[in-house]
Amino acid sequence: MMTYRIGIDVGGTNTDGVLLDREMNVIHSLKTPTTTDVETGIYHAVHQLMKASHIDKEDIAFAMLGTTQCTNAIVERKKLNKVAVIRIGAPAGMAIMPLTGVPEDLRSILDNHTYIVEGGHEFNGDVISALNETELKDIAEDLKGKVDSIAITSIFSPVNKDHESRAEEIFRDVMGDDIAVSLSSEVGSIGLLERENATILNAAIIDVAKTTADGFEKALMNNGIAAKVFFCQNDGTLMSKAYTLKYPILTVACGPTNSLRGASFLTDNKDAIIVDVGGTTTDIGVLVKGFPRQSSIAVELGGVRTNFRMPDINAIGLGGGTIIRIDGDSFKIGPDSVGHRLQEEALVFGGTTLTATDVAVGLGVVKLGNPEKVSHVDKNLFAAIYGRMVEMVEEAIDKIKTSATDAPVILVGGGSVLLPEQIQGASYVLRPENGGVANAIGSAISQISGEIEKIYSISKDNRQEILDKAKQLALTETIEAGADSNKVEIVDMESIPLAYLPGNATRVKVKAAGDLALG
Amino acid sequence: MRLIGKEEVENIAIGAALLGTGGGGDPYIGKMMAIQAIEKYGPIRLLDITELADDDVVVPSAMMGAPTVMVEKIPSGEEALVSFKALEQVLNKEIKATMPIEAGGVNSLLPLALAARMGLPVVDGDGMGRAFPELQMVTFYLNGVSTTPMVLSDEKGNSMVINTVNGEWAEKIARSATMVMGGSVMNAIYPMTGRQVKDASIYNTLTLEEKIGRTIKEAKAGKRNPVDDVLQMLGGFKLFTGKITDIERQTDGGFVRGTAIIEGLDKNKGEHCYLAFQNENLLAKTDTDVLCMTPDLITVLDTETGLPITTEGLRYGARGTVIGIPADEKWRTQKGIDIAGPRYFGYDYDFTPVETLQAKGGNK
Repeated sequence: MMTYRIGIDVGGTNTDGVLLDREMNVIHSLKTPTTTDVETGIYHAVHQLMKASHIDKEDIAFAMLGTTQCTNAIVERKKLNKVAVIRIGAPAGMAIMPLTGVPEDLRSILDNHTYIVEGGHEFNGDVISALNETELKDIAEDLKGKVDSIAITSIFSPVNKDHESRAEEIFRDVMGDDIAVSLSSEVGSIGLLERENATILNAAIIDVAKTTADGFEKALMNNGIAAKVFFCQNDGTLMSKAYTLKYPILTVACGPTNSLRGASFLTDNKDAIIVDVGGTTTDIGVLVKGFPRQSSIAVELGGVRTNFRMPDINAIGLGGGTIIRIDGDSFKIGPDSVGHRLQEEALVFGGTTLTATDVAVGLGVVKLGNPEKVSHVDKNLFAAIYGRMVEMVEEAIDKIKTSATDAPVILVGGGSVLLPEQIQGASYVLRPENGGVANAIGSAISQISGEIEKIYSISKDNRQEILDKAKQLALTETIEAGADSNKVEIVDMESIPLAYLPGNATRVKVKAAGDLALG
Repeated sequence: MRLIGKEEVENIAIGAALLGTGGGGDPYIGKMMAIQAIEKYGPIRLLDITELADDDVVVPSAMMGAPTVMVEKIPSGEEALVSFKALEQVLNKEIKATMPIEAGGVNSLLPLALAARMGLPVVDGDGMGRAFPELQMVTFYLNGVSTTPMVLSDEKGNSMVINTVNGEWAEKIARSATMVMGGSVMNAIYPMTGRQVKDASIYNTLTLEEKIGRTIKEAKAGKRNPVDDVLQMLGGFKLFTGKITDIERQTDGGFVRGTAIIEGLDKNKGEHCYLAFQNENLLAKTDTDVLCMTPDLITVLDTETGLPITTEGLRYGARGTVIGIPADEKWRTQKGIDIAGPRYFGYDYDFTPVETLQAKGGNK
C-alpha cells in the first residue's frame, strides 16, 4: 500500500494545501481562499488536491495542519475559556501575583479565580514546602461549575513536575475528567512569570483548539479521508490531536516555522537563512540542522510576556507593497504598505502609489505590470532606493546570523522576486520552485520531537556522563511520542552555567527529533 | 524627601540595567516586586542622604545568589522583612531607613519593594554606583564599615545571623549558605549610622537611575539618538561602536568569565574591540589601546534603542555602542583600586581613568 500525506496551512488570506508521497515528492500543491469558519476552506483545499491528483482516498495515511486560529483568539481576546489560575510554591512567589503586567483587558477575563498554594521545588529538585493537598481539594470544590479550564504552575516544575501532576489528579478527582488541565512543565522553560503566562493563555484557548481540530477532521471525513491527523508546533515538529487539545499554545507560531522548514526541504538545505518576502514585511529566520533557531528572549504574545518555544524571527518593514516616499533627492522606505491592494495601488498596475515593486520594475530587476508607468523616473534615485532596500535585507540577515561566515540564503514568498541574485553575507542564493506554498510543505514534512530541560551539577569528571544521560532521555521521549526509533537524532543541545552560584549548577537542554514512524 | 511611584520605578529599572555594567541580574523581577508593593502599600519615601540624622540606623538590603534562580523562585516578599527584624534584635535598635547596596541590576529595585512593604524610607544612594560581583566590593567597606552583623533570609522563613572577621569571610560563608537555602536569598548587611552613610555612600544613585530611564524614554519619544543623550547626561564617553561577532564564556566558581569581540562600524570600521567580563564588564580594549577599565563603568547599549545589553544578552549580530563612565572618586583611591581594580580581576594593567585613556587618543 502507498502512503501519502496531506499538508495544510491556514493563513489569514489563503489556505494552502500540498500532497506528498511516501518519499516526500510533491504530487500536487494549491492555494484556496481562507474561509471564516476555516473548516470550509480546508474542505475545498483537500477536495481539489484529491481531484487533481487521482489518488485513492484510502492511501492518505497522514494529514497535518498548521493554523493560527489559536493566536488570533488570544490577540482578539475572543472565545476564551473560563480559567482558574493555580500557582504552587508558597511561601515563595507571593511578591509578584500571577498575571501582573498582563494587559488590563486580558487580565479582567483571566484573573477571576487565582490562587497561590503551598508546594513547589528548589533549583536542585528539593521540596520548598509540602504540597497543600487539602487546600487544593477545597479550591477544586469551590471551582465546580465556575470554570472549565485550569492552569497549574509550580515553582521549578521544569526540574521536578511532581506537584503539578499531583495537583492535576486532585482537580480531576473533584471536578471530573472533562475539566481541562494545563501544566506549565509541558509548556515552557525556567522563568516562572513567563511560563505561567503561557500556561494561562494555553488554558484559555482549549475550546478554540477543539473547534479547529474537530473542523479539520470533519473536512477530511467529508472528503472520505480517514487519515491520522497531526498538528504543527512552533518548533517544526508534530503533535497528536489529543496533545493539541491539551497544549494548543504550542501551535501559535507554527506559521513562520513551517515556512522555514518548507524552504529547507525544497532546497535540501539544513543550515540556511530563510528570507520570506511578503507584501508588508520580510521575515528572516535561521535553520539549524533543519529546525528553526529558537528565540532566546521572552516573546510577547497579545501583549503578554511568555517564554515558550518560538522561532527567532527578525521581521523588517519591507515587502512588495511597501510605500516609497520621495522628497527631492531624499526618500523614505515604508514602514507602511499597500498590503494586499498591491494589484490596484502600485504604479505599474495602474495605481497611484509608488511601491517597492515599482522600484524593482523600474530598474528592470523584475518584469511585472506595465513598466512604462515608471519609465519617467530618475534612474539614479531609483538605484539609490533599491540599494537601500537590499541593504535593509542584508543588515537583517547579518543580525540574525550566529557567526560571521557566509551562509546559504533561501528566498521564498511572493515578494522574493524583488531581491537580487547577489546578497552580501550569502554564500549562495536559492529560489526554490513551489516556494509559494513553503508553509504547507513545511507542515506536511514535520517530524516528531522530544525535549528535556534540567539543572545538573556538572564537574569536569562527570560532564560527559551527564550529557549522555540527558541525550538518552530526550531520545526516549521522542520515540515514545511516535518517532521511528531508527531515525531519531539529537538536534539541539545547550548547557548554560548559572551565574553567581558555586557548585557548577548548569541548565541542560536537549532536543531530539525523528521521522514519523510509518508503521 | 520625595515620593516614588510606579512611573519612577519603571525609569529606575532602565537606569539600573545601565549602571549594572552588563551584570547585576535583570531588574525585571525587582521592578515587578516594587510595583506590586507600591500598589498594595502606597508610594515610597525617598530620602536625600543629607536628611539623615547622624545617629539614625540605616541598613542596606540586597539579594544574594543566582538571578536565574530568582526569576523562577520569586521571593515571598517577606524575606527582607525577616532579615530586618532579626538584625534589629541583634543591634537592639530600630532601623530608620534602607538603601541599595548596589546601583546596578535587580538590587537597585529590591530595597524599594522592601521599603514599600515596611513603610521605611529609602536613602538616595548606594555602595557601588554600579554593579560588582562580591560583597566586599562596596564603598562602605572602603570606609571601614563592617559587613557584619549581617542576616540572610529565605522565603521559607529561615534566617541566619553572620558575624565574620572581614568582608571576604562574609562573602565566602554567605555564598555557601545561599546554596543551602535554595540559591537565592535576601540579606540585611552593612548596618550603618547616618554619619557612616554620609561618609561612605555614593550619593543620589536612585535619582540618577531615574534620570537615565527618563532620558532614554524622552530621546525615543523625541526621535533623538538615546545613546548621545545619555552620554551627555552622564558625562560618559562613546568608546566603540560596532557589532558583536564572537562571544566566548566559561564558568569558574560561580562566575561566568568571558570575552566579547566587537567588530567596528561607522567611525570604528576596521577595528576590533575586546570586552572582558566576569558577570560584569570589566575591561574594554582594541588591538592597540585600552579604552576603559574597572572600576570605571563599561556598558554596552543597543545602538538603536539605547537600552543596555547584559553580558548574558550579548549575541552575534547585536549592534552595540560601548560606553565608559568615570567611577565615583571613592573607587579611584588606592584602596578602591586594590579591591576592584583591573589587577584584582586578573588583568595586568595599572588603573588609568577613562578620561585619561580617551584623551590619549582612544576617543575618536
